[in-house]
Amino acid sequence: MSKMISYEKKNTPIHKLSGFTKLLFFILWCLTSALTFDTRMLLVMIVIGAAIYKIADVKWKQVSGVFLAVMFFMVINLVCIFFFSPYEGCKIYNSRTDIVHLFGNYTLTYQQLFYEFNVFIKYFTVIPSIFIFLVTTDPSELASSMNGIGVPYTISYAMEITLRYIPDIQDEFHKIKNAQEARGIEMSSKGRLLDRIKNTAAIIFPLLFSTMERIEVVSNAMELRGFGKKKKRTWYSQRPLKAADKAAIAFSVGFFVLTMIVTYMDGNRFFNPFV
Amino acid sequence: MVENAPIIEFSDVSFKYRAQQEPTLKNINLKIYPGEKILIAGQSGSGKSTLAHCLNALIPCSYAGDMSGTLRVCGEEPNKLGVFGMSQIVGTVLQDTDGQFIALTVAEDLAFALENDNVPQEEMFQKVDEVSEKLELKPFLGNAPGALSGGQKQRVSLGGVMACDVKILLFDEPLANLDPATGKKTISLIDDIMHNEDMTVVIIEHRLEDVLYKDVDRVILMDGGRIIADMHPDELLCSDVLTENGIREPLYISALKAAGAKLSPDTHPQHIETMDIAPYKDAVKKWYHEAKFPASEKNSETLLEVSHLKYSYDESRQVIDDVSFEIKKGEMISLVGKNGAGKSTLASLICGFNKPDGGVIKLSGKDIADLSIKQRGEKIGYVMQSPNQMISKPMIFDEVSLGLASRGVPEDEIKEKVNEILKICGLYPFRNWPVSALSFGQKKRVSIASILVMEPELLILDEPTAGQDYRHYTEIMEFIHDIRKKMPITIIMITHDMHLMLEYTDRALVLTDGKLLMNASPAEVLTDNDVCDRAYLKRTSLYDLSVKCGIDDASEFAARFIEDERRRK
Repeated sequence: MSKMISYEKKNTPIHKLSGFTKLLFFILWCLTSALTFDTRMLLVMIVIGAAIYKIADVKWKQVSGVFLAVMFFMVINLVCIFFFSPYEGCKIYNSRTDIVHLFGNYTLTYQQLFYEFNVFIKYFTVIPSIFIFLVTTDPSELASSMNGIGVPYTISYAMEITLRYIPDIQDEFHKIKNAQEARGIEMSSKGRLLDRIKNTAAIIFPLLFSTMERIEVVSNAMELRGFGKKKKRTWYSQRPLKAADKAAIAFSVGFFVLTMIVTYMDGNRFFNPFV
Repeated sequence: MVENAPIIEFSDVSFKYRAQQEPTLKNINLKIYPGEKILIAGQSGSGKSTLAHCLNALIPCSYAGDMSGTLRVCGEEPNKLGVFGMSQIVGTVLQDTDGQFIALTVAEDLAFALENDNVPQEEMFQKVDEVSEKLELKPFLGNAPGALSGGQKQRVSLGGVMACDVKILLFDEPLANLDPATGKKTISLIDDIMHNEDMTVVIIEHRLEDVLYKDVDRVILMDGGRIIADMHPDELLCSDVLTENGIREPLYISALKAAGAKLSPDTHPQHIETMDIAPYKDAVKKWYHEAKFPASEKNSETLLEVSHLKYSYDESRQVIDDVSFEIKKGEMISLVGKNGAGKSTLASLICGFNKPDGGVIKLSGKDIADLSIKQRGEKIGYVMQSPNQMISKPMIFDEVSLGLASRGVPEDEIKEKVNEILKICGLYPFRNWPVSALSFGQKKRVSIASILVMEPELLILDEPTAGQDYRHYTEIMEFIHDIRKKMPITIIMITHDMHLMLEYTDRALVLTDGKLLMNASPAEVLTDNDVCDRAYLKRTSLYDLSVKCGIDDASEFAARFIEDERRRK
């Protein structure tokens, strides 16, 4: 059974990279996407992202739920941009080409459409990288890499253990949801939205309480086995960086620099096709 | 075996938790010598876990309170060494093997303590290799906790503490989450390790019969924070201290006592296999012939009919494989089998949480395939293992009325129904209490009441007594037994507890690897060697007793004894 958004052991080139490499790539990639509004670079990123997604052999079932949730927020975001600032695109690109007048002060323009298209593809540059990172990175290996670059081990281990328990909590969530639904507390799409929001409390509280119970057990178990005893700790799963890692790191850095150059060469974050 | 210097020595130790008025441990004096195997028994709240926490220094380092007297473990004082220091001397194996499994794979978990001790990677590889060899964990080194059985997880927990070369192994209720046969194996394993590695073992457990499967040097019985008995198991079993203090005796001992036999320590009653039964044989035979036959009531109306049910999560393994059975109205059924045999999956299929790949489920003659979870919920009630997984309202009344309210039942009708069910469940005096003020057993009742209020025809209970001591077990089971008298309800219980199955249920469904292996009375199941082996059940010691006494029909013997015990309750 594939769990949503959790590490799955496979033997692809992406899985073989060290956690450190993937973390660095992920951070640089998101930074690149955040800083640039250059449509050409964004399109290039989508192509690269899609290729890596393919290579990493990510299964749609693992990510579909989160993907749909992100899409939902993206649509809200795009609609809100239009309503709060319908001429943002015109300001950015210093021109205005009307398509159709909608109502009141709202006119749809090519510039606004292009601007929102940019926002739209930005989402698609980042989403696959998040999925790839979470699904292909062995959490304990990642923790050891983070510790390796100077992050305190308590923090890196806290992150590992969070990832370790995501599947367990998902399991627990489904069990509780089923049992509450059997009690007649409607959680499926049949119920009214307001009721559904109210009813989620019937899952959240039991989930919270059973999770708290677990936290006590786990933290005692960790202490009993000497966690936090010394300032340093070693890692069973630590892997030295290999040639492929170095190449991937070089690529991430190189791509970041290239994008920055292409983007800011004309002194503006935006690629302007309207001039 | 006894050497002159004790490895653990409590001298006049008392401990009071900061949040409590009364001390939990009162003037404990106890010496444990190197190489001994000690069982500490007692009901919940007797102080046995507190005593254990003193050994690994969780008390007073993690749970604050006032401690007096002196405790020495290996010549050291735990409160000075702290939890970390003690973890090098005392290896603690927790009850919750899922909680103890911290890392993502077996190998990493075995190495966890070494990692924290800053041991170089090379050395860790070597140590993990060595420990996994001893515990036969080699083939699983790369596995995640989810891919292990309960027994394997327990071996990992044990390996994790053995990697530190500890001198004392402390087991905190090691059997609580295991199926009976795996529990038996664990006890053997502890015994082997203890002898091969020269260790001292302290086991905290209330399932006495299961621990006594292998020799124990002394049993320390605790009650109300004091040690009330410290004796060899042979002596202890001959006395009545156990039952007087809410600990369940081994079944064969109860049966012998019921038959009027006066037990003496020189017959070595610690293990039924090696016990000298000759002096008691006649008494047992006489009792057997005089005992009442269990009354059998037959009800012909079928409530649930499952035929040729099939289910698999993926193609590789059939979780439920062609299972067919019927349940009559008013029956109480136990659903048993080892961890992962498909018991929970079968329950989810009946409740509609999962859709079967094939087969039919009929309730009162009607196919329920098209009913949603909610619709089925009106007829089939499902109670999860821990009440904390179900309770979502802060007040008892609100929690119990939640299901009715979401069905849109008018308010005064809700009030009437909820009050009625609270009375049946003995919760009426607490109706305006917050849930948080209740004990675990009372919370369990609330979670059952909140299902019963919806008047289901069939109630499914998932391990209703897991992790409960004998007194709470009896409280919960007598409550369920009582409800059957007050309401027309049919009950299916998923359980690992062989005694529960024998004592309270009319019939047992035995699952192994998704197949229904046996569908018979509990006494028949638990006296059938072959079925017990294949389903990871533990044959009842009543079987051994009856065979040793020359009574042919072991299942009839077991049935009569249980009937007799019920009458005396």
